[in-house]
Amino acid sequence: MWARIFALVIKEFLAILRDKASRMVLIGPPVIQLMVFGYAASFDLEHIPYAVLDQDGGAAARELVARFAGSPNFTEVARLTHQGQIAPLIDNREVLLVLRLDANFSRDLLATHAGNGPARVQVLIDGRNSNTASLALNDVTSILMRFNRDWAARHGQRGPPAELVVHAWFNPNLQSRWFIVPGIVALLTLVVTLLVTGLSVAREREMGTFDQLLVTPLRPHEILIGKAVPGFVIGLLEAGFIVLMAVLWFQVPFVGSPLALLLGLSLFLLAAIGIGLMISSLAVTQQQGLLGVFLFLVPAIILSGFATPIANMPEAVQALTYLNPMRYVLIIVRGVFLEGSTIRMLIPQYWPLALMALFSMGAATWLFRHRMG
Amino acid sequence: MNRQRLRGLIRKEFLQVLRDPSAIAIAFVLPVILLLLFGYGVSLDAREVPIAVVIDSPTPQTASFVAGLDYSPYFAPRYVATAAAASEALMAGQVSGILWLRGDFDRLLLTGRTAPIGVWLNAVDANHATLLRGYLEGVWQDWMLIQAETAGLALAMPVVAEPRIWFNPAVRSRDFLVPGLIAVIMTLIGALLTALVIAREWERGTMEALMASPVTMGEILLGKLIPYFLLGMGGLLLSVAMAVWLFQVPLVGSFWLLVLCSALFLLVALGMGLLISTLAKNQFVAGQVAIIVTFLPAFILSGFIFDIRSMPEAVQIITHLVAARFYVAILQTLFLAGNVWPLILTNAAALLLMMLIFLGITRAKSRKRLD
Repeated sequence: MWARIFALVIKEFLAILRDKASRMVLIGPPVIQLMVFGYAASFDLEHIPYAVLDQDGGAAARELVARFAGSPNFTEVARLTHQGQIAPLIDNREVLLVLRLDANFSRDLLATHAGNGPARVQVLIDGRNSNTASLALNDVTSILMRFNRDWAARHGQRGPPAELVVHAWFNPNLQSRWFIVPGIVALLTLVVTLLVTGLSVAREREMGTFDQLLVTPLRPHEILIGKAVPGFVIGLLEAGFIVLMAVLWFQVPFVGSPLALLLGLSLFLLAAIGIGLMISSLAVTQQQGLLGVFLFLVPAIILSGFATPIANMPEAVQALTYLNPMRYVLIIVRGVFLEGSTIRMLIPQYWPLALMALFSMGAATWLFRHRMG
Repeated sequence: MNRQRLRGLIRKEFLQVLRDPSAIAIAFVLPVILLLLFGYGVSLDAREVPIAVVIDSPTPQTASFVAGLDYSPYFAPRYVATAAAASEALMAGQVSGILWLRGDFDRLLLTGRTAPIGVWLNAVDANHATLLRGYLEGVWQDWMLIQAETAGLALAMPVVAEPRIWFNPAVRSRDFLVPGLIAVIMTLIGALLTALVIAREWERGTMEALMASPVTMGEILLGKLIPYFLLGMGGLLLSVAMAVWLFQVPLVGSFWLLVLCSALFLLVALGMGLLISTLAKNQFVAGQVAIIVTFLPAFILSGFIFDIRSMPEAVQIITHLVAARFYVAILQTLFLAGNVWPLILTNAAALLLMMLIFLGITRAKSRKRLD
């Protein structure tokens, strides 16, 4: 029996790696995508393009404006002279925000000694991307807070009665890349696995070779093993490579146990392979197989917590994410990378993946025989 | 170009679509399912985030501060007795943050010094943590303004920001995510519809039969493009209708301009599918390539969720290879800001150029030749 399976595994590897185009597809793109996405997928604003409309012109106003010019997060694009210039700049996305200090700014600011005020800075922000707008507004607020503290100290006013001292656990500099790059490990592993398995049965069905396979002495579960092994080997190799790149190139800290990650990725791969083969054996044509792959892949990624938190989803959609293997593997990968999770802490993530692997592989095996085009 | 032959080819393609209804599913079912799931599921707006609150010695001052948390729609405070218990809850992922008012809060506050408010955030998701910090600062600022008014404490905020968020005053992330989703979904639909159709003819040997007939290569390509264009536009109109009526995204700009730009983008997406199909000549490889070059680039590099302005320069340049990038800019602007002509025209011109390139290469690579 093992000789038969071994022969089938060899044949499957050949089917995947035989022609040059197919080899290229499996090796080139994941590497390129890791590099590009690793840099692209970030929420951190580094250079906020902004413009200033200073209708006050006083020393205090100039000092405040200089704070923005001096901040590495902000890049001044234009100095405006009248209000009509604001709209075109924001509309055409030339600036993300405009700071407007009206003619009373200095007067209001000096009046704060007498308990009046506060002086107001209008911040006009392009809200087309509301997340970017919120982040930019946060950055503006922190510059204003620093200005306030210095101003109060210099003018003998008391400081704020209380202030927030914020500590960020697991990611002290709040770099979203530390969150996203481990996610890319899971993302690309899933894509590669589906590339290998998602169309393989459908292709054989369309070519008629699957019927030949069924009349050989091979049992359905042996066919399953033959089809699953190449996906597992290729998937694990690529995942390992991406993990190495995440640590060595992107410098994401890896504080947990490598064994916990290996176990998690293996279970995830098995679940993904099972689902890929299930889709592939349900499909009669490769067109249907491709549709099936997308119908699984796209929701699996978008509703995984990869980019937007699951906690923000409505209850019903949150419930659906329990069926998504990506949900669990993302918790595992990020936990191991950033939080130092151990195998014991991750058991609640492991067993659903194992269950999905068992179910999907069983279903695929059954479909091999019972679904004839 | 012969009208009758072209009509024949289109009829044939439609018959094939009807026989394997997966193309109809792609055009009409896929956008509805995906938009429903994602329109509701994808959101960057935190609401009622669980946060542990530790108050060492409750006083009216601490009560006034945490009242701000209670009223805030962003937080669901959980009162915890000790800092150790709070830190355990944070480690276990039961809360996203801790806010700790120490025993000397009142004393420092009332003697004119600055009382520290300890905040610990689970920053694994840095974006989420940054937004939470912003919401907490908002609570803190409001509290100080109230303190200044009621308790007569001198105002410690000489300057405050007065934000005006244009185009999306309620800061609803759905309003920019749903238009972006339309771009991602249309990318998928375009590629799915055409990525296999030419490779399939090669693989089944029917391409040779077509070549033996008097039809020209241009007619074959048009015969593939027109039926799927019609299907794709159907799916697109469905998506726009759902965005406007179901998800209540305001459509500020012109509907017809939206349709026009979308038609342009759909031609780019279909052209890309045809190109993949023509170059691969093999459904398996064409399918693999379609999976790689469509979804993830449109998801990550289009500005749909990750703002292109946050990317390093080199990556910003690479995003110009992704057609969805131009379409996302058009959609977000047309939906939320209106007909901003300079922005729309430049992006539409880029789409036109890409369409010409894709269809041009496809045409050049499609020769009536067997090799």
